[in-house]
Amino acid sequence: MAEAIVFWTLAVLILGLGIMVISARSAVHSVLFLVVNFLLVAVLYVMLNAEFVAVIQVLVYAGGIVVLYLFVVMLVSLKKAPERYADPRRVAWTGTLLAGAVLLEVVAIVVASSGGGEPAATEGALGAADTPFAECGAGPLVSCNTEQLGWVLYTSYLIPFEVASMLLLVAMIGAIVLAKRHL
Amino acid sequence: MTLEAPRTSATQFDTDELVINMGPQHPSTHGVLRVVLKLDGERVIDADCVIGYIHRGIEKLSENRDWTQIILLTDRMDYVAAATNNLGYCQTVEKLMQIEVPRRARYIRTVLAELQRIASHCLWLGTHAMDIGAMTVLLYAFREREFVLDLFEEFCGARLTYNAMRIGGLPLDIPPGWDRKVLSFCDLMEGKLNDYETLLTNNRIWLKRTRGVGVIGGDEAIGLGLCGPPLRGSGVPRDVRKDEPYAAYDELEFNVPLGTRGDTYDRYLIRMDEFRESIRLIRQAVEGIPEGPIMGKVPRLIKPPAGETYHAIESPKGELGYFIVSDGKSTNPYRFRVRPPSFCNLQGLKRLVTGHLVADVVALIGTIDIVLGEVDR
Amino acid sequence: MMDTVVVPLLKIAVLLNAVLVAVTFLVLMERKVIAWAQSRLGPMRVGPYGILQAIADPIKLILKEDITPARADKYVFTLAPIMSLVPALVVFSVVPFGPDPFYYVSDINVGLLFVISVTSIGVYGIILGGWASNSKYPLLASLRASAQLISYEIAVTMTLVSVILTTGTLSLVGIVEAQREGGLWFAFVQPVALMLVFIGGLAETNRAPFDLPEAETELTGGFHTEYSGMRFSLFFLAEYANMIVISAVVVIMFFGGWLAPFPNVPALSFLGLVPAWIWFIGKIFLFLYVFIWIRATLPRYRYDQLMGLGWKVLIPIAIGNLVVTGILKVAL
Repeated sequence: MAEAIVFWTLAVLILGLGIMVISARSAVHSVLFLVVNFLLVAVLYVMLNAEFVAVIQVLVYAGGIVVLYLFVVMLVSLKKAPERYADPRRVAWTGTLLAGAVLLEVVAIVVASSGGGEPAATEGALGAADTPFAECGAGPLVSCNTEQLGWVLYTSYLIPFEVASMLLLVAMIGAIVLAKRHL
Repeated sequence: MTLEAPRTSATQFDTDELVINMGPQHPSTHGVLRVVLKLDGERVIDADCVIGYIHRGIEKLSENRDWTQIILLTDRMDYVAAATNNLGYCQTVEKLMQIEVPRRARYIRTVLAELQRIASHCLWLGTHAMDIGAMTVLLYAFREREFVLDLFEEFCGARLTYNAMRIGGLPLDIPPGWDRKVLSFCDLMEGKLNDYETLLTNNRIWLKRTRGVGVIGGDEAIGLGLCGPPLRGSGVPRDVRKDEPYAAYDELEFNVPLGTRGDTYDRYLIRMDEFRESIRLIRQAVEGIPEGPIMGKVPRLIKPPAGETYHAIESPKGELGYFIVSDGKSTNPYRFRVRPPSFCNLQGLKRLVTGHLVADVVALIGTIDIVLGEVDR
Repeated sequence: MMDTVVVPLLKIAVLLNAVLVAVTFLVLMERKVIAWAQSRLGPMRVGPYGILQAIADPIKLILKEDITPARADKYVFTLAPIMSLVPALVVFSVVPFGPDPFYYVSDINVGLLFVISVTSIGVYGIILGGWASNSKYPLLASLRASAQLISYEIAVTMTLVSVILTTGTLSLVGIVEAQREGGLWFAFVQPVALMLVFIGGLAETNRAPFDLPEAETELTGGFHTEYSGMRFSLFFLAEYANMIVISAVVVIMFFGGWLAPFPNVPALSFLGLVPAWIWFIGKIFLFLYVFIWIRATLPRYRYDQLMGLGWKVLIPIAIGNLVVTGILKVAL
């Protein structure tokens, strides 16, 4: 019961903050709301007993990426929007289209995963792991979820994990090349 | 590291230059200097010095004071090196009136001038290091400067504005035992110099902050009218004490330290060497103070003959020159003009800081060693 | 109820007060140590040897007028000091002062990551404080701060990973226990990591020689130029609380936390007579002393040199250290 109350409170707050992010007049305020939003999402993760993910959420998103957002927002003067985005109707259309696409994607993922695809795979991966969690199995899941996450990442999700890291590496090199024309 | 000109590729993004006011209320502008910096990020693309915040009209005031009263006013120009200001002025008037200064007075004047150089360099070292972030050096340097001030106090009763010279000689003879104290101060100072150098000279951060910062070549330095350590840092062997000796400098032995790279680090090393050369000079001069009078033959009413003269000395900051016109009729100068080393060196600031970062601006203001009282007069 | 709510709340209350009092005395300690380094006396007027200065300073700050610049962003301007202080205090909830659960508020299994992530939130206070002041020097400072903190966080986190490889746990209690079982402080096992974490810690707490965001002589005080009174002192508290946090992390990770020196040497077993928490706090203060000592000695880095040091020196060494640790871990 208590968990449900906390969950719904958080859910309402997170959605409300999400709306604040896009409706705030000052870009810096938007970013601030986003930070609080991320922190609350981290609390949701804690409720799911995924402390590792929660801490990483705070460390990477709230502590790292949004700081860079803030950096950009502070540097770029947002008083005057560039010309081609000035047409409000076009902005509205593009926004609606993009939002619709994201919604479809989320629905598709939810439908697909509730069919029993991914959790089963996770279970399988854990089952396939022979011994490392022998002592964890009996105790609460909490104390070992970091190890489990690592195990899953480096066994059943190894290829996606490596692909993602390659992608990030390429993006990083691209950013460096863009920023520094003459090395 | 090499410094490149502001990158043009950055301009394809819509960025503005940031105009920032450094001073007149700023902890590192050594007084009330105002520098208007135009920044691209943290890189300085333009700098404008705004001066005049403590202009007191000393030159004009002097034209309405009699010749002795002007000595007091010269105290107030470079107030951390008042004795050299006095010396420069008195020698200029002596030159105008062709007064012979007794040898004893010339030796004592040399001792005072070199003590003053040590005091002034102490202040420079402390504030320069403080600007770059090494705050302990400030306290150490001020501790030693205090000893110099004590010596001056014992000699003439004042600690900052000494009024320590007179046209034709000195107002007072040195008190008994003063020479001993000066010599023991020299010994003390040599040890302390090693302390400063331990903290800074080979400190990697200090090297990073000063080496290659504000590089200026010899020709360009001459072109900008730099003088003193900033000029010698670029390898130009110009020292008025050597080139046009005055007081007792022609009878004493000393070297003029020169730099090679013309950067902030070289200027630092030069001033550190000048400390040692000053100590050497003081030792020789104190040992060699001859007996005799301290005042030359000066008429009761000082009234130089009509004419004009320019005379320069090597103040701690550089070449301090006085240009005086006398009409031969009144008891005050017809025209009184000072060539202040701080003012001339400040002209180099814009050239030095362009292309550097904000943090270098304070290092460069420190390295040219200005006193705003002298810049504005 | 007693164990889950009342006792932790009591502990938190005691801990918060202890930290805040420690911070005020840390300020006094800094003033005194720097004074001695500079052949001065430091504060001498309030109380014997100036001890009561630690109380006089906060009183002065509270009584001062609290100014909000006219064109500042009022809400963010007020929020910034709070955002800077709160994370610094939250971190103490996982710091173990001794071996028993009595000495810590909680021991979570991702303790170390918790410390890193919560301290990384503290940068918002500095960035927003600089931005909300609507003033140029603070803005420059907050740009410096954000770049600096992100860069050094990468180096520190990367280094801590190699320590985690050695211990196999992220729990702060577990890390100290691992040193007790190994009989050797990790300072001797991972000396490179110790240097990296300490240097990174100096940079993350904006301490000299990395105090660029508040460089008085360049940016006239940096991000807190426009702050006064209590809001200014919150920034101040945060900085010193962060110093304590970094010292605590270094002590826990590398100097055996609450353990007496050389726990396995029988001849030195009498050192165990001193209570564990005294060892811990003593070690923390030793490191705080080193922080202050460095401030009194070194000049300040320049912004580009600082970034160069972070990205071109510390991060490669951290990665190298990680690789070597991994290889040794597999090989041995």
